[in-house]
Amino acid sequence: MLNFAIRRFGLALLILFVAVTVMFLMIRAVPGDPVQIMLGPRATPELQARLTAELALDQPIWRQLVIFYTNLVQGDLGIDVFSGRSVTEIVFQQLPHTLWLILAAITWSAALGIGIGAYAAAHPNTLIDRITAAISVSFVAAPAFVVALLSLLIFAVHLQWFPAIGAGEGFWGRLNHLVLPAFAIGLSWVGYIARLVRASMLEVMGENHVRTARAFGINERRVVLVYALRIAILPVVTVIGVGMGFLLSSAVFAEIVFARPGLGKLVIDSITTRNYPIVMGSVLISTALFVISTALADLINAWLDPRARAAK
Amino acid sequence: MTDTLLEIDHLSVDYETARGDLKALRDITFDIRKGEIVGIVGESGCGKSTLISSILRLTAPNTRFREGEVRFKGQDLLKASERQMRDLRGADISIVFQDPMQTHNPVLSIGQQMVDIQHRSKASKAEKLDRAAKMLGAVGIPDAQARLKQFPHEFSGGMRQRIAIAMALMSEPDLLIADEPTTALDATLEVQIIERLQELQSELHCAILFISHHLGVIAELCDRVVVMYAGAVVESGDVREIFHDPKHPYTRRLIDCDPGHIKERARVLPTIPGEVPDLANLPGGCIFRDRCDQAMPRCANEVPPLEQLREGHHAACWLNHEEVAS
Ligand SMILES: Nc1ncnc2c1ncn2[C@@H]1O[C@H](COP(=O)(O)OP(=O)(O)O)[C@@H](O)[C@H]1O
Ligand code: SF4
Ligand SMILES: [Mg+2]
Repeated sequence: MLNFAIRRFGLALLILFVAVTVMFLMIRAVPGDPVQIMLGPRATPELQARLTAELALDQPIWRQLVIFYTNLVQGDLGIDVFSGRSVTEIVFQQLPHTLWLILAAITWSAALGIGIGAYAAAHPNTLIDRITAAISVSFVAAPAFVVALLSLLIFAVHLQWFPAIGAGEGFWGRLNHLVLPAFAIGLSWVGYIARLVRASMLEVMGENHVRTARAFGINERRVVLVYALRIAILPVVTVIGVGMGFLLSSAVFAEIVFARPGLGKLVIDSITTRNYPIVMGSVLISTALFVISTALADLINAWLDPRARAAK
Repeated sequence: MTDTLLEIDHLSVDYETARGDLKALRDITFDIRKGEIVGIVGESGCGKSTLISSILRLTAPNTRFREGEVRFKGQDLLKASERQMRDLRGADISIVFQDPMQTHNPVLSIGQQMVDIQHRSKASKAEKLDRAAKMLGAVGIPDAQARLKQFPHEFSGGMRQRIAIAMALMSEPDLLIADEPTTALDATLEVQIIERLQELQSELHCAILFISHHLGVIAELCDRVVVMYAGAVVESGDVREIFHDPKHPYTRRLIDCDPGHIKERARVLPTIPGEVPDLANLPGGCIFRDRCDQAMPRCANEVPPLEQLREGHHAACWLNHEEVAS
């Protein structure tokens, strides 16, 4: 298991390296002089020259890359052009907001989705199964930013049940501010996970080992919840791990709609101002999040499924 | 007849399919006495697995019980409540299902599964693990205590089959049902498992319903045999009697293509020219007619009834009728 974990994270690092390098080159390929856009019309030639040198933009691209990675391994993502603060600090200040948001969205949607899916599978083709199927499909079809806007209008502006903007203060304040954006991001996942769990649960319930468990008189609750569900949720773990990119992009929408601090807002703001160090810093962290979450999903799967452990 | 344990009485079972109702079992009748070993033999697709799953009502969801009764110690299991069934399963009646590779839960350790099946016992988990290890030892798994921590995929097919047998015997059932427990194994392993079953049976005195398409194994192990063809019983009776004097052409063909001794396993599965008839579209008359080399005109029109020819020996073939008549 440990061996597998080490190798899996080695692979994650490699993926991270490739992805970040590609992103680095892509950002530099965006047309327009970044220094001019960053500094705006008031820029003096001296200021421009200083910033160009500071960002190493006068160097050949491969040198820029080397410099970037040399700084990176020392934990240095550069200095924010405007505030002069360390990018690492800025990014890590915003990161928790996004992490909590994604965690909240995944937790409620996975819990509800697995519950609905398992229930539907235990009662296939009944009225309840059909109703949950219809609801699930409509949930899947609901894009996060539409749900975000609508829930903002309905629950925050009209009904005033929840706060409309910001991240809140203190535990309950933060939790209260998380409800609507986490709802918006998670809604389509509820439907998706419910359909996934229903399908895999139906498959597992038809497998021979479930019949064996029943043949020993093990009670049906335990058969469903331990003997079958534990296998049926394996694909959910993978899907959430791989879906981290998707979750991050819905988090961007939610952070903008609800004016929440977080990585999403940071990326959007910094791209419009061509704040290279911040863009690279947030891209790096987002990519790392994605890579880590897929690796984590594999590890959780290996932990839940001894067959996967053996195969790796 | 207080020593009768299980009576299958005119049992008919269908599978509902897109092609219509598949008549998987038709009018099955036989019984098992306490401590007796009964074999069921027949080609693949004859309904052997359907029959044994029906006994514990663990058949696929598309199963329809059309007629008949399955009485265990006098109680009709087809009318029993789900609760009553659960109390029987793995306690009075245990099954070793076909296909050892699929029979255990892949994500739970063997120890966990063997502890779980002792859910009726009030013993501590440690005591249950001890019992599990002892039972694994009894079926010939070395180093059982350590292997309890392992998962099914870490065992070979033969080992998994032994584990399945150990699990089924844990509760010391009155009836053990074993569905082709040796089909997936090579001849040496097969002999070992059969010998082990014989030892355990003489210790525990349970009745065994043993399914196989290897007649040699049946001859070695069983007291009586039930021959099934296309969902029906075509012959049943004392093993020795049936081997020496089969009263149905199908039984005779099965014996012809099997060496009849456990140590010389048939190299190929019994092959009889022709195919089992389509169970969704059964022909009239005798179901074996298309493959029978002794068929008479009468066989095309009239279904031969399963008749007692001698005490305890039944067969369903018009040939016996002719003999009786002439
Ligand atoms: N769930 C099912 N639905 C439809 N047909 C089935 C089902 N299970 C088994 N059958 C069919 O029923 C017949 C008997 O199968 P089975 O009892 O497994 O035979 P055996 O164990 O003797 O090989 C076969 O023709 C098989 O294809
Ligand atoms: S009844 Fe006729 S066809 Fe059927 S087995 Fe006997 S002889 Fe053959
Ligand atoms: Mg079978």
